[in-house]
Amino acid sequence: MSDAAARKRSWRRAAAALVLVAAGYEALARSGVFPAVLLPPLPTIARTLAAMTADGSLPRHALYTLERVLAGLGLAVAVGLPLGILMARFRAAEHFLMPLVSVLMPIPSLAWVPLFILWFGLGNVTTVLVVFYAATFPMLLNTWSGVRAVNPLWLRAAGSMGARGRALFWKVMVPGASPFILTGVRQAFLRAWIAVVGAEMLAGSDWGLGWVIFDAKEFLNADVMMASLVVIGAIGFLFERLVFGSLERATVMRWGMVRAAKA
Amino acid sequence: MAESGSTADFLVAPAALPGRPGESRWRLFARTAFPFLVVGAIWESVARAGAFPRKLFPTLEDIAASFWRLAADGIMLHHAFDTVLRLLAGFALAAAVGVAVGVAMGRWRRAEDVLLPLVSIGAPIPGIAYTPLFLLWFGLGNLPTVLLVAFVSAFPIVINSWSGVKAVKEIWVRAAQAMGADDRRLFQKVILPGALPYIFTGLRLGLAQAWRILVAVEMLAAVPWGLGWLIFGAREFLDTDVMLAGIVVIGAIGLALEKLVFERLERYTVVRWGMMKS
Repeated sequence: MSDAAARKRSWRRAAAALVLVAAGYEALARSGVFPAVLLPPLPTIARTLAAMTADGSLPRHALYTLERVLAGLGLAVAVGLPLGILMARFRAAEHFLMPLVSVLMPIPSLAWVPLFILWFGLGNVTTVLVVFYAATFPMLLNTWSGVRAVNPLWLRAAGSMGARGRALFWKVMVPGASPFILTGVRQAFLRAWIAVVGAEMLAGSDWGLGWVIFDAKEFLNADVMMASLVVIGAIGFLFERLVFGSLERATVMRWGMVRAAKA
Repeated sequence: MAESGSTADFLVAPAALPGRPGESRWRLFARTAFPFLVVGAIWESVARAGAFPRKLFPTLEDIAASFWRLAADGIMLHHAFDTVLRLLAGFALAAAVGVAVGVAMGRWRRAEDVLLPLVSIGAPIPGIAYTPLFLLWFGLGNLPTVLLVAFVSAFPIVINSWSGVKAVKEIWVRAAQAMGADDRRLFQKVILPGALPYIFTGLRLGLAQAWRILVAVEMLAAVPWGLGWLIFGAREFLDTDVMLAGIVVIGAIGLALEKLVFERLERYTVVRWGMMKS
């Protein structure tokens, strides 16, 4: 069979699978085996999604969550990046920080939530700090390995051509480490996205996608939960594809550090 | 999703800082202990300075005391045991289902076409977001917790097993077939060992993800015992020392999972078969 025909068959099967799952869900939801509040049919979910979007509540929840994620991620980059570079460049920094990092990293960020609630109360400070904790380690470790992985030949070549200090750092080390750093930001975002939802469930006060899902449980609003789940998935997916994809194209691909996968 | 990429999704920092050649054991120990001493000293001086209420910012002595108290009467052990049991139950379920599904997707085009879209839609949603839904469906307690852990760790396992099977070199398969291997032997002797490094990466990622959300799910699902519940329950009574003692145990278990379980397992299998350098 030709390649195009095989691809077409794959698409057909994928679509069939999705339709089949949706139909199965719908049949189960309508059969009345489970109460409709627990397993709402698809049109109900779609209506809830539309209604919550129209009255502005869902966009506002999403905005709050995004703010928290970006604040935490920004903090994590601001701390993790310089520390990672320091650790890669100076042995003393590595010797001091690495044992601490190895011990702190296996502690899930969400384990800190109750303590942070006591220290900082419910709301933004706690959620942002939890996101920060979750996102810092991937940032730091990827930067660290990225700077260490910069080809020493490049450093020596630039050095012998007279590059010193700042130029060496900005023109050789940063672009050289950039694929790792970008991977770090990506992983940090994935972690942050999980952490923010969990933190909002435990410590959210009145807005945020995690909070709305958890709050909906109290009122058995499974349709609200599903609608928020769709939004959470969509935002995560968009960030991964659009934001990081274009970031990658604008930086490391343009500098020729990595190539796009062949089609 | 993270495949076995450049710096995969660590649970524990790589390289426990190997000693320099000629460096004595004592120096290595002192060097590793030094940062903890500094951080401990800072913590202690802040706690003793009285800037924060002692109830909220306990001294190291208080933390150690509650740790001993909880450890001595077996309460801590019970909490830790239940948490680990849930982790293992969920993870075992995910490993069994995930590897089977992933391998099937790698081997049969039909399975791949049907399952891949479902996996790619499910993977980007953070597992913890499903918690309230699982609580509604399965009630509070152990069942939703274990199912969620399984659900969350299944995705990286499926994706890595799938790419592992697809990454087995075509030439090995053809060579084995040319030498007369039947389907079963082909699978056992060529495809499985060939895909194993990927499968291990998947298991590792799955375990790391499961570990990351288990504690939070325990807090939300009101399980009777468990470290997450210990920490969350302690909040009601302002027992900051109990919380910190619980966090220490959580960190220790996380560290042990990686160092004792996975590094060993890897050494015994894939490294021994020469699939991967140690």
